[in-house]
Amino acid sequence: MSAEIMERVKNIVVDRLGVEASDVTLEASFKEDLGADSLDVVELVMELEDEFDMEISDEDAEKINTVGDVVTYIASHK
Amino acid sequence: MLKDKVALVTGGSRGIGRAICLELAEQGAKVVVNYAGSQAAAEEVVALIKEKGGEAVAVQGDVAVYADAEKMVSATTETFGRIDILVNNAGITRDNLLIRMKEDEWDAVLNTNLKGVFNVTKAAARPMMKQRVGRIINITSVVGLMGNPGQANYVSAKAGVIGLTKSNAKELASRGITVNAVAPGYIETDMTDNLGDDVKGKLFEAIPLSRLGRPEDIANAVSFLASDRSGYITGQVLTVDGGMVM
Repeated sequence: MSAEIMERVKNIVVDRLGVEASDVTLEASFKEDLGADSLDVVELVMELEDEFDMEISDEDAEKINTVGDVVTYIASHK
Repeated sequence: MLKDKVALVTGGSRGIGRAICLELAEQGAKVVVNYAGSQAAAEEVVALIKEKGGEAVAVQGDVAVYADAEKMVSATTETFGRIDILVNNAGITRDNLLIRMKEDEWDAVLNTNLKGVFNVTKAAARPMMKQRVGRIINITSVVGLMGNPGQANYVSAKAGVIGLTKSNAKELASRGITVNAVAPGYIETDMTDNLGDDVKGKLFEAIPLSRLGRPEDIANAVSFLASDRSGYITGQVLTVDGGMVM
């Protein structure tokens, strides 16, 4: 389940931030390692909401730092 | 000039908002006419647009309530598939001298005229960011630039809208969204009919083009800022006031 989620998250992150797929690890921080600014993260969350057909509250979205945070969040809220 | 664009105009049933709806439709836009209380007037605007072969719907909602703001934006995207243009026009007055102004008069005007702009912009920013294109036009007022006795609440809200315009312009620029303000001077509407003669007299003396503005004068400026022709303009305040403020 998580591996499948990771794959879909990775595709979106690569597409949105223009980074190499190999850089998108669970530990990678969106802002520090993947070069995202705050608005990029907001957009990423919007796209993930569409991809996984779910709503991520502003409160939860603010806690997202790494790719792993996203995968864990989606896995536990799906 | 605006063929196939989709516009949401808050407070679109009367006064300047009505003229903006008609002009945007005239230029080819599909228009969502928001109103808070004047349903009959909003339906009339919709009927006028349809008569000329345009597309429009009326949507009720109070901009001061965030849930309503979300509702009117989703009504726009559900009806017409997208949202290209947002005109934050809804506004009210509760004029009083500072000394006499009640707290609820202050709150009502700030909630509709300033928080209302924040609410609807926040709701519309999401689909506009996804589209990578958008035009946001906020209707402020020349009194927001120069002050006006008896309007502490209104002037503060309108000055606030100018700050919000600039802040949002900077924040959304990288996503292809421009945010500008239009500052009408003294325009003939129901709202200005309610001004006292002393206020009117002072304003009128100070207009170099020596006539009152018409709602259409504002609508023309809005329609330019809503078009592709204004793509390199953002964070600006365009005063349309017969030269009153320079």
